[in-house]
Amino acid sequence: MESLTHFFNAFIDSYPIFLKGMWLTLELTVVSILFAIVIGLVFALLKLSNIKILEWISNIYVYLVRGTPLIVQIFVLFFGITKLIQMDAFWAASIALAFHNGAYIAEIFRGSIQSIDRGQMEAGRSLGMSTSLTMRRIVLPQAFRRALPPLGNQFIIGLKDSSLAAFISMSELFNIATTLGSAKFDTLTYLLIVAVYYLVLVLLLTLFVNLIERKLAASEK
Amino acid sequence: MTTIDNLMIKVDKLNKSFGDLHVLKDVDLTVKESDVVVLIGASGSGKSTLLRCLNFLEMKNSGDIIIEGEKVEKSTHNLNKVRERVGMVFQHFNLFPHKTVLENIIEAPVKVKGVKKGDAIKEGKELLNKVGLGDKLDVYPSKLSGGQKQRVAIARALAMKPDVMLFDEPTSALDPELVGEVLATMKELAKEGMTMVVVTHEMGFAREVADWVVYMNDGRIVERGHPNDVFDNPKEQRTKDFLNSIL
Ligand SMILES: Nc1ncnc2c1ncn2[C@@H]1O[C@H](COP(=O)(O)OP(=O)(O)OP(=O)(O)O)[C@@H](O)[C@H]1O
Ligand SMILES: [Mg+2]
Repeated sequence: MESLTHFFNAFIDSYPIFLKGMWLTLELTVVSILFAIVIGLVFALLKLSNIKILEWISNIYVYLVRGTPLIVQIFVLFFGITKLIQMDAFWAASIALAFHNGAYIAEIFRGSIQSIDRGQMEAGRSLGMSTSLTMRRIVLPQAFRRALPPLGNQFIIGLKDSSLAAFISMSELFNIATTLGSAKFDTLTYLLIVAVYYLVLVLLLTLFVNLIERKLAASEK
Repeated sequence: MTTIDNLMIKVDKLNKSFGDLHVLKDVDLTVKESDVVVLIGASGSGKSTLLRCLNFLEMKNSGDIIIEGEKVEKSTHNLNKVRERVGMVFQHFNLFPHKTVLENIIEAPVKVKGVKKGDAIKEGKELLNKVGLGDKLDVYPSKLSGGQKQRVAIARALAMKPDVMLFDEPTSALDPELVGEVLATMKELAKEGMTMVVVTHEMGFAREVADWVVYMNDGRIVERGHPNDVFDNPKEQRTKDFLNSIL
């Protein structure tokens, strides 16, 4: 009982600073996921281009990202690239997260594009539509629908992975939790508090993805 | 090249292989304007491949394909443009499931030909009335029966105002009671003078509508003639055997 009161008091006391962190986490997540969708789509199309060298480029990208830890990618970008180009921690983290999620999203898009019946492409082309027009107007809208559930999943992973930006001193949720925790010699309480914030964010994200899914499904009925 | 004015399609020594599999062997075919040509033959004899070569969904290995007097080659022609003139109807309809019936119809006219949306809608409605689906404009394909889907697919191809229509087993995926409505639409089209090449197992349709019947076996055209001649007095033993096997 006493520890519960303690938790709630700590929660109330810390919420202004956590809300700021939550905002930063949201910004990081939204910016990186939006870029990741574009990156993922580009590399999925490269992979399906039937042009050997482009397929290879896509394969190598996916292999490099999946084969190395995200924290390494963030550090390489932050300590490496920022030597060459002026870039703050926010953009270093966003770009690292975007390329990281982009590789997984590329695989999601590739699978969903390939799952569309090839009769769809043939029907479009038999009407005089070019391959790229048919891709854009006929195949991709259907593929995107099919990709939504795994995309939603990847969004959640991206949201939680943004906590690694703490290691390049971004004051996002996780960083705030560990900083407060060690300042007050009470790490566990603040980790539990930050867990609540992540749970809320994941819940909101899930509801958002479900909403889109239902909207799209309804438009086919 | 001589152009005979009413020649729609002429195929000359067409050959097509998939890897080691030689699927079309020296195929010759002539389709005149307003002809209805029915292609018959056993499964795997190359009927679909021939149709798909005619609208360049499949690329020939050798031979000539002459469409309306023009020898069409990948190197010299924009094949998208050629396909605008050669409509195709598929066994499995291939309607666009994320678009309504009307959107299916106007997609290509608007996006490919640049027809104004209002005009395309007007023409689309007329076409759908013609195939008996004027009340299904805003319905999604998933809500239609197979026969209705195929009639929408026919209207969709017609919306591009093609000069010739290719049908690849348009009724094979349908429940028996739905075959008639699709055949009726096709008969109507033939009566209006549309040039048609039809792969089908509907011998009644072939007898009634076809000007020519072409029998394919193992990648070659074995026999061709007027329907009554081919069906009642086949010259080739292979044709006889095939007809016996399907009747
Ligand atoms: N894309 C392809 N790749 C490899 N082989 C193919 C391909 N398309 C067709 N074939 C082969 O070519 C041969 C002819 O096929 P096609 O589909 O033209 O026959 P069909 O006469 O239409 O038969 P069906 O009555 O079964 O539709 C078959 O052996 C088939 O397996
Ligand atoms: Mg076939």
